[in-house]
Parts: sequence; C-alpha cells; structure tokens
Amino acid sequence: MIEARAVSKHYGGRTAVDGATFTVVPGAVTGFLGPNGAGKSTTIRMIMGLDAPTSGSVTVNGKAYAGHAAPLREVGALLEAKAVHPGRSAYHHLLALALTTGIPRRRVEEVLDLVGLTGVAHQRAGGFSLGMGQRLGMAAALLGDPATLILDEPVNGLDPQGILWIRTLLRRLAAEGRTVFVSSHLMSEMALTADHLVVIGRGRVIAETSVREFIDRASADVVRVRTPRAAELRELLTGPGIDVTSTAPGLLEVHGVGSAEIGLLACRHAIPLEELAPVQASLEEAFMELTDDALEYRVHETEGHPA
Amino acid sequence: MTTGVTFPRVASSEWVKFRSLQSTPITVTAALAGMIGLGWLTCALNADRWPVMTAQSRARLEPTALSIQGYVLVQLAFGVLGVLVVSGEYTTGQIRSTFAAVPTRTPVLGAKAAVFAAVTFVVGEVAAFAAFLGGQAFLSSQDIETSLAEPGVFRAVAGVGLYLTGIGLFGVALGWLVRHTAGAIAALVALVMVVPGLASVLPESWVPHVVPYLPSNAGQALITVRPSALSLAPWTGFAWFCGYVVVALVAAAVVLKRRDA
Repeated sequence: MIEARAVSKHYGGRTAVDGATFTVVPGAVTGFLGPNGAGKSTTIRMIMGLDAPTSGSVTVNGKAYAGHAAPLREVGALLEAKAVHPGRSAYHHLLALALTTGIPRRRVEEVLDLVGLTGVAHQRAGGFSLGMGQRLGMAAALLGDPATLILDEPVNGLDPQGILWIRTLLRRLAAEGRTVFVSSHLMSEMALTADHLVVIGRGRVIAETSVREFIDRASADVVRVRTPRAAELRELLTGPGIDVTSTAPGLLEVHGVGSAEIGLLACRHAIPLEELAPVQASLEEAFMELTDDALEYRVHETEGHPA
Repeated sequence: MTTGVTFPRVASSEWVKFRSLQSTPITVTAALAGMIGLGWLTCALNADRWPVMTAQSRARLEPTALSIQGYVLVQLAFGVLGVLVVSGEYTTGQIRSTFAAVPTRTPVLGAKAAVFAAVTFVVGEVAAFAAFLGGQAFLSSQDIETSLAEPGVFRAVAGVGLYLTGIGLFGVALGWLVRHTAGAIAALVALVMVVPGLASVLPESWVPHVVPYLPSNAGQALITVRPSALSLAPWTGFAWFCGYVVVALVAAAVVLKRRDA
C-alpha cells in the first residue's frame, strides 16, 4: 500500500511534482503512466526517501519509507538507470544489500536463480547488457521478499522475451497479494500489464482509475458498420445524438448508438451487414487525449523559415 | 532471527563492498609497497653516501624520518581511495541502491568511515613499521640507525598509521561533501599539499598562529621526531588534526541528511 498525500517537489523554480495524491492498493498491478518528464521518477524517488518532498507526504505500508526498521523487507525497488557499481559482481552487489538487513546469503542465491543470473553471478555488473542489468535490478527488488514493489520503467531496453518475463512476473507478484507499482511511458505496455492506473502529466495526477474505465471513458463510443446498402442504413440511423460518417463506400462510422441496436435495426429492414464492430479507443489514444495539455516537451511542427 | 538494519550489519555490508572492488586491493598493495620501498631505498642510498657526506648533511640526517617518508605518497593514495569509496557510489548510481537499503543514511556514513579507518590503520601501521625496521637495517651498516627505544621514535612510527587513517577519513568526508570524484580529490590535494605551501607566504607575524594549526601540519607533528620551531607538541597537533577530521565528518553527516540523493 502506497499513499501519496498532496505531495509536491520543486527544484529551484521548476515544479516537478505538483500536489499529487493517489493510493496504490495491494493485490493488483498499478501502472504509473505519464509522458517523459511528467514527474514519475521524482515521485518514485520521494516514495523511496531519496528526495524529500517540498510539501505533502508519502507513506509506504503506513509509514514514511525511512521509518521502517527493515526497508528492504517492506519495499523492493527497481530504480531507473542502473543503480549498481559496475566494478562489483552481481553476487557481491546483492550480498552487500542483503547484509544491511540481515537477509541470509541463501536468499541472494535464490533471487539470482529467479532472475536467471546464476551463471554470471560472479562477473562484473559493468559488463552486463541492459537486459541483464534490469534482471539484476529485479533481483535486488525481490531480495527482501517485500510486500510492495516499485519499478521505474522496468521494460526499458528489454528484448521481447525480457518484456514477457517482466510482465508475467509482475502479474504473478500481484496475484500473490503484493502491491505492484510500475511506471511507464508506454501505454500499450500498461494495457497488457496493469489493472489500475495513476496517470500523471506535468507533475499533476490527471486520473486515478482502472484500465477498463480509463479506456471506456476516453472511447468515443463509435461503431463501425460495413454493408452493401450503406445509404439505406444511413437513412434509418437518425435521431437525437446520432451522428453517422462515412470514410469509404459501404463503410459507416456511427456515433451515439450501440452495436446491438444497429444490428437489430438492420435485421428489421433486412439489410445485410458484413461487419458490425464497436471501435474501442486504444489506451494510447485515451492517454494522448488526457495528457495532451500536460506534455512538458511537446514536439512543435515548425515551418522552415528562409534564413 | 531479528530483521532490520543495524550498524554492525551496515558495517558488514560496507566491508563486502570495500573488498569486492578490484581497485581496492590494488591501491592498498601499491600504498604498502610504496611506503616500504621508498623508505628502504632512501635509507640504503643515505647509508651508501654517508662516508662522503658533509658534516652539515650528517647533522641533518634523521634516521626515523628517512625511513618513514613514504607516508607523503601513501597519504595521497589513502585520501584518494577514501574519496572513491564514497564518490564511486554517486557517480555510478550505486548510492540509490545503498540508500534504498539504509534510508536513514547516517549509518552508511558511519560504517564506511569505520571500515575504511580500520583498513587504513592496519595497513598504515604494517607499512610504517616495515619501512622503519628495514630502513634502520640499511642504516646500521654505517652505525647511524635509531631504534624504537629512542625518545619519540616509537610514537612517530606508530603515529604514521594514525595520521594516514585521519587523511583517509578526510577523503571519505570530502567524498560525501563534494560527491564528484575530481572535485573531492582536488579539495584533498589542496588541503594536504597546497595550503601548507601557500601559508608560508603569509605575513611573518601570522605564520606561528596559522601554519602549525593547518590540518596536515598539525597531524604531522605526531610523526616527527625532531620538531621544527613551528611544530605543535606531537599529541596537541594530533588532537587538532582529529578535530578537523571530526568536523569534516560531522559536516558530511549534516549535509547527507539534508540533500536529495
């Protein structure tokens, strides 16, 4: 359980996080979604006690992170960018972390095995690929068998197998009843992994919702209909709030009526339908719509000016 | 089994970190070899030249100082290693893992200082006594050696380990304060080598009030058998030196608590 209460962080004159309030519950994967520079990493650093909030508070399992007697047993974190000395072996890196909290050596070997790094445990972490580095980070996060996991962009730089591995692991950890909080700027990834979403843009929490609701809310409720008698059907689809557009011959996009009603209507008039499909906005589109005003680094289309 | 972060646990973690980097044993071995090698070499050369030395040179020859002068190099090696023990964590990102495990932070500072002090003290003492005993063996060919039983000699030789420990801790404190390797090393070199030189250009009336109290000069009072007119008494000087080290470490702890990692 992670609770942020009106937490803000200013760096000099710049506001990185602006009064963020959200709750991350156990037993589910909660995606922390936002464009680059939205304040995801800063928020995570505040949860972990690495940065002090300018105002507000964040607690993990009811206490400030630093207030826990054995933080590694409460929270496992995979922080963005490798947080590993490249000159040290994976084994010694994990052992040094384990020793601070009295975690036995046996557990170090267990997590190395779990992430599949046993074979390279005694090689310098500096020689690891990005994917191996992420695996080492996951091993560190799992070391204390914590009830809460915080992962900052865990799939960054992973190959498809690695991504699948992380996805499965996160689902399993949530199914075990743990709190799993995963940041990402990849909406598609969150659609596959997360149950809940905390959407952040320009340091503000824009939405706190389930993935389902998030898509529903943003979906424009469009039904795509393909029929050889398009003109005829279009005539029938009139009424308040109904809007029909056509982008190609024989193809209609209907707003304001459900697919069931359209099907029924067509049937009653014996109009054959070749396709009848509710169009769901992708998480990407929903996200874009929500965060459009909140992009910090927008790409402006500029016209070339003659010098 | 009790779980939780305790100081002995953090110290054992820091010991693993310290010994699991390749650069550590290399630096420590090089320091040991430098201290002993330089002491023996200088003593051997002086013993060789003794028959042709002027009376003035002979009077200036101080057998203890000759054998332990390698500390001048070793203090830089230990100071730099002390800086790296800390700045290496900041430059690599390791510090975030470290503070995730120990978010109260000050136990890490204390544990790093304790582990590093223990290592530099042991290595420093071994190097000092080996350099001294071997050096005196070379000097004995001309019967110009001294012994640990002579006044002030044991204190000076044993003091080398203490002095080097202090310089190493200065490095650790500077690492925490500056966090960047190059900047912290520059500060260390300035403190140990540049400031004492600059102080000699002060107005003459100030010199006795400033020069003996500079950190490195105060600390070196402990490892000098024949003090200069400007030296503090050995233990007085060392007490000043320890005071500076403590101030630096306390400042580092205060800053560490306040800054974002």
